[in-house]
Amino acid sequence: MLTIDRAIVDQIVAHARADHPDEACGVVAGAIGSDRPARFVKMANAERSPTFYRFDSMEQFQVWKEMDDHDEEPVVIYHSHTATEAYPSRTDISYASEPNAHYVLVSTRDDDETEFRSYRIADGEVTEEEVSVVEA
Amino acid sequence: MAIEVRIPTILRNYTDGAKAVEGGGATLDELFADLEARHPGLRDRLVDDKGLRRFVNVYLNDEDVRFLGGLDTQVSDGDTVTVLPAVAGG
Repeated sequence: MLTIDRAIVDQIVAHARADHPDEACGVVAGAIGSDRPARFVKMANAERSPTFYRFDSMEQFQVWKEMDDHDEEPVVIYHSHTATEAYPSRTDISYASEPNAHYVLVSTRDDDETEFRSYRIADGEVTEEEVSVVEA
Repeated sequence: MAIEVRIPTILRNYTDGAKAVEGGGATLDELFADLEARHPGLRDRLVDDKGLRRFVNVYLNDEDVRFLGGLDTQVSDGDTVTVLPAVAGG
């Protein structure tokens, strides 16, 4: 299960809406082992594409270094789908490289409603999990 | 002194769980060959027959080696090489 604050959910959704129709992406860092996403980090989509995303390699290096310095890890890795459902695509599954992360998918295909779902992706296996949103 | 190579979580099964390993060589290619001797299978996850794998980022100190010389990038004792899997998808 992913437990996440309402304020962070809102930031992820706002980022996805702002970058629509391109895919938006980022991470939410949290203390190592805590399994609680705490620090929202919006990343640039180096592909600037409606069908693909990739973290900019230098930005990723800086963000990963910051997490290392703060004893954090990427608890959530999020990206948006802008024309399809919030379910991992074949490429999402083949490139998933953080077996401990919650992969959050947001779909902005509907103007009024934003799908927000979370998955574990390890060894090519996708497992959807419950999202528990903590209201402030 | 040697070259420190930082290993991401997903590749630590090749390093007995170690977050960082040490190696030597004059170029990144030689360094990876040196690592392979002690951590069999690791090189194959970093390099294919065309060079660095597309979805692996390798940094020499603070620079992406793709903007340096790729596998021919010169390395020396005291350098830090960081490997990060690219975060990407569709």
